[in-house]
This record gives sequence, C-alpha cells and structure tokens, in this order.
Amino acid sequence: MTGKNIVGIVFSNSYDECLPELTGLRTMGSVPFAGRYRFIDFTLSNMVNAGIEDVGVITKANYHSLMDHIGTGKPWDLSRKTKGLIILPPYSTAEQGGNDDKIASLKGIMGFINRANEEYVLLSDCNTISNIDIEALTEYHTEKNSDITVVYKHGQIPSLSDVLVLDLDEDGRAKQIDVTPVTKKTGNYSLSVMFMKKSLLEMFMNEAISKRYTDFETDLIQRNVKKLNIYGFEAKGYSATIDSLSTYFKAIMDLLDINNCNELFNSERPVYTKTRDDMPSTYGIGSNVKNSLVANGCIIDGEVENSIIFRGVRIEKGAVVRNSIVMQESFVASGSSLDYVIMDKIAVITPNKNLSGAENYPFYIGKGIVI
Amino acid sequence: MARKMECIAMLLAGGQGSRLGVLTKNIAKPAVPYGGKYRIIDFPLSNCVNSGITTVGVLTQYQPLELNDYIGNGQPWDLDRAHGGVHMLSPYQQIKGMEWYKGTANAIYQNINFIDRYNPEYVAVLSGDHIYKMDYNKMLEYHKKNNAACTIAMLEVPWEDASRFGLMVLNDDNSIAEFQEKPKNPTSNKASMGVYIFTWSKLRQYLIDDENNPESSNDFGHDVIPAMHKAGERMFAYLFDGYWKDVGTIDSLWEANLDLLNPKVDLDLSDTSWKIYSKTPVAPPQYIAPCADIQNSMVAEGSKVFGHVDYSILFDNVTVEEGAKVRYSIIMPGATIKAGADVEYSIVAENSVIGEKATVGSRPEDSKNRAEWGIAVVGANVNVGDGAKVNPKEMIDSDRVKEAE
Repeated sequence: MTGKNIVGIVFSNSYDECLPELTGLRTMGSVPFAGRYRFIDFTLSNMVNAGIEDVGVITKANYHSLMDHIGTGKPWDLSRKTKGLIILPPYSTAEQGGNDDKIASLKGIMGFINRANEEYVLLSDCNTISNIDIEALTEYHTEKNSDITVVYKHGQIPSLSDVLVLDLDEDGRAKQIDVTPVTKKTGNYSLSVMFMKKSLLEMFMNEAISKRYTDFETDLIQRNVKKLNIYGFEAKGYSATIDSLSTYFKAIMDLLDINNCNELFNSERPVYTKTRDDMPSTYGIGSNVKNSLVANGCIIDGEVENSIIFRGVRIEKGAVVRNSIVMQESFVASGSSLDYVIMDKIAVITPNKNLSGAENYPFYIGKGIVI
Repeated sequence: MARKMECIAMLLAGGQGSRLGVLTKNIAKPAVPYGGKYRIIDFPLSNCVNSGITTVGVLTQYQPLELNDYIGNGQPWDLDRAHGGVHMLSPYQQIKGMEWYKGTANAIYQNINFIDRYNPEYVAVLSGDHIYKMDYNKMLEYHKKNNAACTIAMLEVPWEDASRFGLMVLNDDNSIAEFQEKPKNPTSNKASMGVYIFTWSKLRQYLIDDENNPESSNDFGHDVIPAMHKAGERMFAYLFDGYWKDVGTIDSLWEANLDLLNPKVDLDLSDTSWKIYSKTPVAPPQYIAPCADIQNSMVAEGSKVFGHVDYSILFDNVTVEEGAKVRYSIIMPGATIKAGADVEYSIVAENSVIGEKATVGSRPEDSKNRAEWGIAVVGANVNVGDGAKVNPKEMIDSDRVKEAE
C-alpha cells in the first residue's frame, strides 16, 4: 500500500482543554514543542514520511496561529497542485463541544471525505508527540487483515476523557476495549492515531447520524470490538501524550535524554516545520550552557542548565535559566533567574526577578507578558 | 515579451575560486558554506530580495551541480515568482556553436536575450563571492539621480591593503576620474566592491562592441568599464560604509567567519529587517551536553556538543565528542570531531571525520616556524584517522592515517 492511497485527517483542536494555559490563544496542534516545533509538525511529518499527499486539518476554534504556522503546507511538501494540505474550518451550523464531538467534527467534513479518492483514511489527534512509522502500520494492517488498526503504547494511561485502552490477544487483536477506565492505571492506551478503510469510516458516520451517536470512541469503536477486527499497533521509541501542563513539561524535559531525542528526531523520518531564517545561535564569552537543547537564533550570554531554549531567545549575562522552557523570542534580563518555569513566546523578564515553580507544577508565564 | 521590470540583477557565480583549494574541489565558490548555516551566495541573493529586485539571473559555469541543487526554484529566498524570480543561466549551445563564458562580460553578453525578456531600465551586475549586506535600491536611486550610465559601489579600504584592489580616483561630485587596477603605489583607497548598476541600453551596446573586439578579454573590470570610461560615459562611485569582505582565500574565509563572533564587527545577522535567507536543513535543535563547554561560538541546529568549543563556528549537524577540543575553527555541516581530537585554527569541510586523538592545525604561537604557519584545511568527506595529524597550513582532500612511529 502506498501513501498515495491514504487520506490523512488531523483533529487540530484535540483536548485543547487539557492545556488551558497554552491553548488560550492557539489550538492544540499549534502548541510549541522542543525548541522549534508545533505539535502538528509531528502528526504531519508522520503522514508525509509515509507518502501521504492528501491531508485535511480539522479546526474548531483559535486556529489563527495554526493557519499562520502551516500556511500552504510547503514545509511538509504538501503544497500541491492536486491534493496537498487543506484546512477545514468549522461550518457555523456545526455543533459546539469538547473533544467528544469527534463525530460532529467529522460530520462537518463529510464532503471532503466523500470526495477523496483514496481507499484508506488515517485519523490523528495532535496531542501525542511520537515519530510513528505509518508505513509499517499500514503493512501490519494488511498483514492482519485488520478493519481498524489503533496505534498504542503500553504504560500509564493519560488522564484524558476518551482514551481507548486495548486488551489485546496474542495476535494483537483487541478482545476488549475500555474508554478511559477508572479501574486501570496502566495499559495499552491509544495514541489516537487510527487507520481504516475510508468506506468503513463513511459507514460509521452514516450509522452515527441515523442512530444519533455522539461519541466516536464509545459508540463506534468500542461497540464494534466483537464484530470487527480491531488491532493494536505498538508505537516504538519516544512517545508523549499530553494531558496536562506537567506532562507537557515532562515530555519536553525528557528530550534532554539524548536517546529520546535521537528516537524522536531520526534521519529516516525527519520532522518538518516552518523555518524562520534565524542565524545560528551565539554563545557569548562567559556564558555557561549545560545539558540543554537550543534552537537557532538565540544569543546566550548567561547561564543555562537543563533547559529548552526556542528560536530567537536572548539570555543576558548574569541571568540564570534552570529546568525551564523558554519559548520563541523571549528575553531574560541580567540578574534574573528562572527555575521550573515555562515562558511562552515574546515574554520578557526584566532585571533582577527570581521566578520558580516546581517539577510537577511549573510556573507558567503567558505570551507577551512582561515581568 | 514579459512585463517590464525596472531593474534586474545578474549574479556572477561561475568562478572556480581556485584560491580556496580543496574547498572548491567539487563546488563553485558561491556555494561554499559560510557563517554556520549560509552559503556565500545567500548574501547577494538576500540583498536582491530585500532591495526589491526579484528577477535574478545566476550565471554558473564551474561545478554547477551543488549550486543548482541549492538554489532550486528559489523558494528559500522568496524568488519562486510567477514573473521573474531566480534563473540559473549556464552556457548553452547556439546556432553558431558552443562557447563557455569567456569572461564576466561575455557571460552577460551571452544572456542578452534573457535580460531583454524583462526589458529592464537598469541591470545590477553582482559578484557571487562577497559577504555584505547592502540595499541595492539606494544605489539605484543614486544611479538615477546622477543620470549615470554606470555606478560602481566602492568602499574605503585601509591604505596598506589598497594595492590589492581595483581602485577609483574620484572627482568632487563622486564621478570617476581614473581607475587603478591593483597599483603598486595607490593614490586612492576607494576600492570597487564588484557591485555595478548599469543603464541597460548603454551596457547592451558596450557588450556587443566588446564582443566584436578580438583584442578584448571580455571582462568587466579590464575591458567594459574602461571602454565606457574612455568614451566619456557618466560613471559614478557609490560609497558604501558597512561590512564587506571578499572571501576568496582560505585566510579571508576563516576571518570572515570569525568576524561573526566579534561584537565590534558591523555584520549583524540577527537583524530582522534585513534577513539573510538560506535553505534551512531539517534538523532538531542543537544539543549541549552536561560535559560540554562552549565559549564565544556560533552553533547551528542539529549539532551535538559534548566537548570543548571556543571561538569557533559549528554548522548544522556537527558532532563534537567528549574530550574533543575545537578552537578558532570552522566546522562545516555534518562533520564529526571524535573524542580527544584537537582541532585548532582549522577549517573542516562537510561530512569529514576527525578521528580520536587526531590533531588538525595548531596555534600560531605553538608553531615552530611562524612563517610557515597557516590555517589547516580538511576537504569534504575526508577521514582523518585516529591519532593522525594535519599540520598547520596543510590542505588535504584525501584520507589521512596515523604515521608509523
């Protein structure tokens, strides 16, 4: 199966409510990550690395920053004469709601889905960061004669409202599916990346409309566990499903382990993003940078340790940044110190301010805030 | 005929740059990496776009593969245009036969048809081998104000260096009184930067006349400009006072890179109002390990630093392993400096590997023979074996192994 035969559908507003701080002004898909990326970069890169050329991005609210980021889709090679990337804004008649209205979201784009001439569809949320080999997923799907293949990871179940937890038999087929079980702490939780025939999705949607189903996970997936071949496909390597500010913080900090970093950013399946034409970063005389990820365009004259520094950040001499995330174009002035802080874009710390949070509760500074 | 353009640019990018030795073995000089993520040609191209010149012909001849591949459709410079944009112009076969570009003037002459398609009022002729930020539009305004046939950008160089340049003696109104090509005893310190603006109707005729002159070497500096001057055309010098550097030699390329680390040097690449665009590699942020030590250096994305880096430029995807030392050096994309290696006063080209405990270059003060000292250069894709040595001023383009003791 080639990627040409798959249409990708991305839910850019998935679980916005889990990161209220960061999604106040943006979609989940456009939340900054790892120094120079947005969440959606990982989803889109996974798709194009498998040869997918037709991608619809469903938006619901606050999608200005998302549109600014993905533009025509050029960085992902999705600016095409035929197909390519299309942003699917909500229709004003579409019902409003949280993530559990995946059905409503899909209902709004049935025209796009019906018109797509691909045989298969890949559905993906935006709040999981992982470098998934979609090509291997499709091969697995064919080999197992699967109807629906769900990408999963074994571990602590994220605290999200609609997480599928798969109980798999030896062959990898789901015997039982729970949706956000309260009794289990760990299990094979879904990364909300799902692969199926487009005709099956269309049938699901017709059924959902005629039977007034409202919940994609419960009414369509869980309900069909006996009737259909639902298989789990295990994602390998680094993976982080974001369900709160502290998991977001941990997910980024985990990249300071070079093995995680190498798994997420491997040369076989690169992660693409919009470029900014920054100069390389400059480390001044007397600067002291240890165990950190630094993007281009930064000028660092101060001290930085265990931190992630995004593009175009300035850290003055005498400033100390530890265990923190400093986003694009932010500024930390001399004499200030940060510890367990998440600084959103273009924020400013004026001289001699000391700010600190805790590992499980980082202190968040909003976009453009001056302290 | 296409829509009229006021000014288009012709970028001379065919030069071999033989003085850069192994660095231009397989690539043209304008494609040589510079400044951690750029190539030399990014500067004139970005200057064009930032100046509002969006039709650029790039004249290539020597080893154009890498340059063609790099420029592509011009998208990184915003030069993928429906009308105009960037065009790669290589010599081509014509009905009267096939000719290489015989000189800079001949290269433009052979592309008169290209220029005529845009029916421009003015043509800027630019060199592809200088590092500078310049608003050509200001120079064009100056050219128009003077009703000139030719305007030449010039800058004042230190008197002691003046004899290395093509110099101009000026009248009070900045019109050009006299040219001096690399004179022994200069009477001017105003050097040509290799940036010209011509009124196209004038230049077109001089190019045809030059081509018909069998004595001519078909070069702008030697033939066309003097001919225009002799004929009494209005020729003016345009004073430029920013940073400008010819990176035609190993020493000047090395210096121009390290100039980026000198706060006193007037070349700010972080200025968002005059960005230098380049094709950005797909790479994650740079990783600085707990054991790393970086001082006064520039590092690009995708690099991993475990060792000691001081006063150096690391391009994208460079690895400096633990215990390795890189000082006063330029490490080009994809190169690896293995554990314990010592790289000083050197240029290491793309994808080369410096083996464990190998030594490349040395400090001038550690050199036994100061007169023989120079920057060491390791060419692209070269392996310097574990414990091997590359001497100062040495230039290698094949693998080096440790000498038997």
